Amino acid sequence: MSEETKEPKVAVEDEMPDWSAYRGVLIVVEQRDGAAKKVSWQLLGQGKKLADKLEVPLMALVIGHNVAHLAQEAGYYGADQVYLCDAEELKDYRTRPYSRVCLKFIHEYKPEIVLFGATATGRDLAGAIATHLPTGLTADTTELDVELPPSRLLLASRPAFSEKMLATILCKQYRPQMATARAGVFQELPRDESRKVEAVRIEFSMSEDEIATKVLEFITETSSINLEEAEIIVAGGRGLGGSEAFKMLKDLADALGGVVGASRAAVDAGWIKHEHQVGQTGYTVRPKLYFAIGISGAVQHTVGMANSELIVAINRDAEAPIFNFAQYGIVGDLFKIVPAITEQVKQKRSFAGIAVGSNS
Amino acid sequence: MSEKLHIVVCIKQVPDSREIRIDPKNNTLIRQGVPSIVNFYDLHGLEEALRIKDEQGARITVVTMGPPPAEKSLKECVSLGADDAVLVTDRGFAGADTLATSYVLGKTIEKVAETFGKVDIVFCGKQTLDGDTGQVGPGIACRLDLEQLTYVSKVRAVDKDSGKITVERHLEDGIEVVQTSMPVLVTALKELNKVRRAPLPGMLRAARFKPVVWTTADFPELDRKQIGLKGSPTIVARTWVPEIRKINTTRVEGESEQEIAQKIVETLWQTDLPERFGWKS
Ligand SMILES: Cc1cc2nc3c(=O)[nH]c(=O)nc-3n(C[C@H](O)[C@H](O)[C@H](O)COP(=O)(O)OP(=O)(O)OC[C@H]3O[C@@H](n4cnc5c(N)ncnc54)[C@H](O)[C@@H]3O)c2cc1C
Ligand SMILES: Nc1ncnc2c1ncn2[C@@H]1O[C@H](COP(=O)(O)O)[C@@H](O)[C@H]1O
Repeated sequence: MSEETKEPKVAVEDEMPDWSAYRGVLIVVEQRDGAAKKVSWQLLGQGKKLADKLEVPLMALVIGHNVAHLAQEAGYYGADQVYLCDAEELKDYRTRPYSRVCLKFIHEYKPEIVLFGATATGRDLAGAIATHLPTGLTADTTELDVELPPSRLLLASRPAFSEKMLATILCKQYRPQMATARAGVFQELPRDESRKVEAVRIEFSMSEDEIATKVLEFITETSSINLEEAEIIVAGGRGLGGSEAFKMLKDLADALGGVVGASRAAVDAGWIKHEHQVGQTGYTVRPKLYFAIGISGAVQHTVGMANSELIVAINRDAEAPIFNFAQYGIVGDLFKIVPAITEQVKQKRSFAGIAVGSNS
Repeated sequence: MSEKLHIVVCIKQVPDSREIRIDPKNNTLIRQGVPSIVNFYDLHGLEEALRIKDEQGARITVVTMGPPPAEKSLKECVSLGADDAVLVTDRGFAGADTLATSYVLGKTIEKVAETFGKVDIVFCGKQTLDGDTGQVGPGIACRLDLEQLTYVSKVRAVDKDSGKITVERHLEDGIEVVQTSMPVLVTALKELNKVRRAPLPGMLRAARFKPVVWTTADFPELDRKQIGLKGSPTIVARTWVPEIRKINTTRVEGESEQEIAQKIVETLWQTDLPERFGWKS
């Protein structure tokens, strides 16, 4: 691997304090209205690997109101110990009460590693907690590993300099070690209903009038697509030439049961909204299937989609860099090929006895 | 009637990391010729402060912790309409991570309050281009025990009399309308507003403007163990340029589009995808 190794800023001979009271890996589960964010289960998947290496339990903390079912789910997704803090005041995420719960938990149970999704909520919460404790916090990690005991250090790696480099961040002098992690990067474990873990209830002791912040309303963006959680993405770029061609992509996406993605060039041209953008300044995605259609494959785009499981590229330029990322490459005119594929998919599916509608 | 609102805007001068290239020969960063700019999210924070000032009057103080050349960025903010500017600078602050930065900025804002008057709102950017964490805002809120409203895309109302602020937070899955009481820390998204251009009188004022400069000597109570490198728990152990994943691409070819389409769909149908997505009954 090509690399530039830098000397750590702090001399290695620095003695590490005795942290033996801190054991275990904690995932803070994020939810809205009783539905968990996928990143939480993805983090349980990665957290399991870390916990196994450290030979410690994997813990999950579920906070909210009427969320006991999520505590159960956390067990299905790999948590060895599940903690549940359920109270009316915790229905909506608010920094103060949620950080109060986490801080109390961390002081009492002393996990050595605490991970959050790098979502708006996860970053808001982690930033508050880390300062309170205090401890180090690494933002937006895309790789998480640990050094074997005795060091037990969390190796938290994240993109730096507009994704051009990766940096591994350590926190030696404080516990717990904390990080937020990007959605779609880590893999969840298969859901296993035989893993029944009894949730431990955590008391909540804060009254509503101690909480200044009130959530007045939540406007779900119904038009908005959730690229980060999509399993099939049909993405188009400048090669589409206009917004009209995105309808063609939508047809293919509908036929496959997926959503439409886009390169920045297409978004900047105004052919499709920013919420569809994949890449450095858009979303990082990891679907099972990614079609890159009329996209050249600039690094700012590929950083956001290279981890897709199966990539199919369609481009008339046989030398386009996108082909370096694709398992299947089709050199040709997208205006002819895409409708032909859509047609084939529809035929296949109706042949299998399923009616395929063009709506989503 | 109460006094005017006092708004602090935290800004950072950053290298425009979008311009940083990697030297392909030895995989190092090419920093030469990379321009320094005011972190653009911070300008959206300033713009919102200016809007509040335009609407109901407010006093705006911009603060930055950074090396002396960061004065340039403070002047830019003054040209846009900030009233006062504070540069906190000291060798002892160097090497700070988000924890140490929030400590110093917390102390700075306390001193700003003593010097220029009680603070009602602190604006930060969503994140910086170089640090790129979005952690300093929540860190400052915690240090000063302020309410925190992150990822704000719209300020709906600021009511000095009731002390309430109502904003829209733009989250992954929708927009949350929330109200809280001041003093408050708000982090700005670029959707918050459109940044104005500096008016001529502002530019003239900025040309002559000298920011207030504070060093560690101005903070006699500062805990030396909490600043700079010493106060920073996170350590960059290693940086590297990720390898480009090389893949054996199978070219799907054929006499006609139909044939190509048929081949690729056949291929997809041989994977486990139809099973997983219920493409088959
Ligand atoms: C700071 C920064 C951040 C950025 N962030 C992002 C980001 O988040 N996401 C992102 O995508 N980009 C981002 N970019 C932009 C990125 O560098 C590229 O400019 C962009 O990805 C190019 O988009 P494209 O591939 O659609 O367009 P192009 O590079 O113009 O490629 C179009 C492709 O379509 C092919 N084509 C044309 N017509 C046809 C046809 N009829 N049939 C088949 N193929 C055809 C062409 O051969 C070409 O390969 C960023 C850039 C910067 C500087
Ligand atoms: N050195 C600094 N001086 C002033 N404000 C800063 C500094 N570092 C960060 N900030 C503020 O905190 C926000 C988030 O920064 P970061 O956590 O580095 O992504 C920035 O947008 C700024 O508003």
